[in-house]
Amino acid sequence: MVSPLRFEFGSSLPQSAGDPHPAGNNLVLEARSVRVWYGNFMALRDISIAIQRNQITAIIGPSGCGKSTLLRIFNRMNELIPTARTEGQVIFNGEDIYADGTDPVEIRQRIGMVFQKPNPFPKSIYENVAFGPRINGFRGNLDEVVEHSLRQAALWDEVKDKLRHSALALSGGQQQRLCIARALAVEPEVILMDEPASALDPSATLKIEELMRSLARNYTIIIVTHNMQEAARVSDRTAFMLADEQRAGHIIEYDLTKAIFTKPRDQRTEDYITGRFG
Amino acid sequence: MNTPRRRLRQNIARLFYWIFLAATLVGVLTLTVLLIDIWRDGSPWLDLDFMNSFPSRFPEEAGVKSALFGTIWLLALTALISFPIGVGAAIYLEEYAPRNWVTGLIQTNIANLAGVPSVVYGILGLALFVRALALGRSVLAGALTMTLLILPVIIIASREAIRAVPPSIRDGAYALGATRWQTVREQVLPAALPGIMTGTILALSRAIGESAPLIMISALSYIAFLPGGILDQFTVLPIQIFNWASRPQPEFRGLAAAAIIVLLVVLLSMNAVAIYLRNRYRVQW
Amino acid sequence: MPRPRAHATRASSRLSERAMGSMLFLCAALSILTTVGIVLSLLGETLAFFSEVSPIEFFSGTQWTPLFQPKHFGILPLINGTVMVALGASLVAVPIGLGSAIYLSEYAPERVRNLVKPALEVLAGIPTVVYGYFALQFITPDILQRLFPEASVFNAASASIVVGIMIIPMVSSLSEDALSAVPRDLREAAYGLGATKFEVATRVVLPAALSGVFASFILALSRAIGETMAVSLAAGSTPRLTLNFLESIQTMTAYIVQVSLGDTPAGTIEFRTIFAVGTTLFAITLGMNLLSDWVIRRYREAYR
Repeated sequence: MVSPLRFEFGSSLPQSAGDPHPAGNNLVLEARSVRVWYGNFMALRDISIAIQRNQITAIIGPSGCGKSTLLRIFNRMNELIPTARTEGQVIFNGEDIYADGTDPVEIRQRIGMVFQKPNPFPKSIYENVAFGPRINGFRGNLDEVVEHSLRQAALWDEVKDKLRHSALALSGGQQQRLCIARALAVEPEVILMDEPASALDPSATLKIEELMRSLARNYTIIIVTHNMQEAARVSDRTAFMLADEQRAGHIIEYDLTKAIFTKPRDQRTEDYITGRFG
Repeated sequence: MNTPRRRLRQNIARLFYWIFLAATLVGVLTLTVLLIDIWRDGSPWLDLDFMNSFPSRFPEEAGVKSALFGTIWLLALTALISFPIGVGAAIYLEEYAPRNWVTGLIQTNIANLAGVPSVVYGILGLALFVRALALGRSVLAGALTMTLLILPVIIIASREAIRAVPPSIRDGAYALGATRWQTVREQVLPAALPGIMTGTILALSRAIGESAPLIMISALSYIAFLPGGILDQFTVLPIQIFNWASRPQPEFRGLAAAAIIVLLVVLLSMNAVAIYLRNRYRVQW
Repeated sequence: MPRPRAHATRASSRLSERAMGSMLFLCAALSILTTVGIVLSLLGETLAFFSEVSPIEFFSGTQWTPLFQPKHFGILPLINGTVMVALGASLVAVPIGLGSAIYLSEYAPERVRNLVKPALEVLAGIPTVVYGYFALQFITPDILQRLFPEASVFNAASASIVVGIMIIPMVSSLSEDALSAVPRDLREAAYGLGATKFEVATRVVLPAALSGVFASFILALSRAIGETMAVSLAAGSTPRLTLNFLESIQTMTAYIVQVSLGDTPAGTIEFRTIFAVGTTLFAITLGMNLLSDWVIRRYREAYR
């Protein structure tokens, strides 16, 4: 059953379509010649990619191609793995987040992350959302922040009467939206999402995708997904990654999502999106 | 096929089933006999006067008051000192320690300390706390010695509890900009606490049943007063039991058994608390 | 909503972050200090001891009478007593512990396991002084002296039996861990060849788990050597070179307790014997623990 798939594209494609390699003020994040090693194993080689503000950028590719590793270099989560080593630059609002003296803790406040498997803290719904502002020394009205974040994550109506209940009692989809609300509560500029819907059922997936589109008005989102339809539905730009013979991941093609899915320039991209690839 | 031979093999198999079962039941059986014997010897002596009297040369006037209070003092002080240190060490090893030779050395060392006989800790306590630090034969010296004795147990149990907290929880906290210590204090530690508490209580129950190191540092079983501070002299239930059990007169045998009942009740209550904590507050991931 | 970011708090939090890390490291490093403390406290007085008593006399002398005239400092009787109790305890604990480990890992239905395991845990949690009482007040008078009227009130046999009972849970649970770790397909392969359950347990599972089982024996033996209160109560305080289990003997640990109970002034040769004996005890148990570690590592089966 290898037929060209029909892709449905996101409704709010950017106006600036046409320039595949954007530059200037609209850039929020840019990786420059990034390499990542785990011990002696090179996991990523020569990654360069520029991320547009207030857009959704999807990273697709077969499993093991380094998608998640790429995502994690943007908020320095990679360095929590003991043997990991990163080379190159990641420019965030004009500054290299890997420069000496940069605090990864501060980077992570400004670049949030949502994980593959929902990972709410084993505490109340309220405490989950309030955790971020609290550790950052927030001194305003915490109730307001919690409500605002839960509303943004389209979860408020479902949980407003049980804010003190355990987050672990929520359904998988609700848990994932709670994790999104939790990330929003620290007011990040960028949200990294690592296959946020892969552990969810189709209707919960739909909700997350709608949520991402609405969040893109105020946030920059980078999403890793193995689901090509999802990339096509929600993203403005798409990067396609592959691992080379030494299993080091690199970017094959990066372009407007529409271009990637309708007229890919690289044969390997075409093979992958038409399902002809391993 | 060779049927008689097969039947023999099956008979052997059946015989050994019963042998293995019997071996298993030896433990249960001994426990039963031991408890019955102690109850039979001790229960006639067990009354309010016994709980409320100091030790005495006259069996009918003797009681465990000072030993019971000494045990409680020792328990509280040991818990206060050993809990933060043990949990701190466990946190360090699980959450902070780089993978290098120092960490390796600490880990091997803790594993080996867990196998050092308790009486050797008594020698350390005698040389270090009683003499070098001049704490004398005090509750504090006893608690410090006991702390060193049970620290390896607390560390090992706490590490297991901390390791049971899934890494995704740490990722979640770090991704929100939490520092390492914020992640540990706010997320990892609360989630691991039931397991840590259970392990610590079990370690403490080992401490209050232990007497060899305390004989090394305190040695006194005739204490006719209650400790009023951490530098006071004291005795504990196991030492009182040891003292009574080693006397030839049958009355003291009864006193020893009665004191054993008191000690076992204290131990069983601690175990019950530990089991309750484990079941009540365990997080299902 | 204002972004909560003040540079002063960030700098101070980074400082407290580092302070916290150092504090936690100190907690962990305390274990090293403990070891150093043990070695130093043992070594100082032990060296002082050997400046008065020659190591040759200490390790080859057959009489141990430091508390009486004429004083003799031959540790062999104490080692003899210790080894007797430890071996006697192993005679009790190894077959019973191993048998129950095999039962629990290969035969026991869930219900029985749920009953027996907690009972073994309770058995392991009973203070050793209680076992001493049990040996002195029950096993010797009610069992041993009825079977062997010549048995003395204090004897090596009763101590061996209770120390054996005491270490059954250790042998049983460590061996069971090793047996349970043998993969199931190995058992199924043997069943497929027509083996009985007993043959599977003893010819397939046990050999495969042998290193873990053996390590549990060594650990239990080391525990028996270090056991103090039960042997102090039950075995007596008569250091003697004998192989008769019905006689009173003395172990190294019991000797240490005996001196501690008396009022021996520091600085005397009697006081220093505690440390010389303690050092010997420490060296023996440490050696056995390292040996058990080595056995596990050296003979670990590849599929584990």
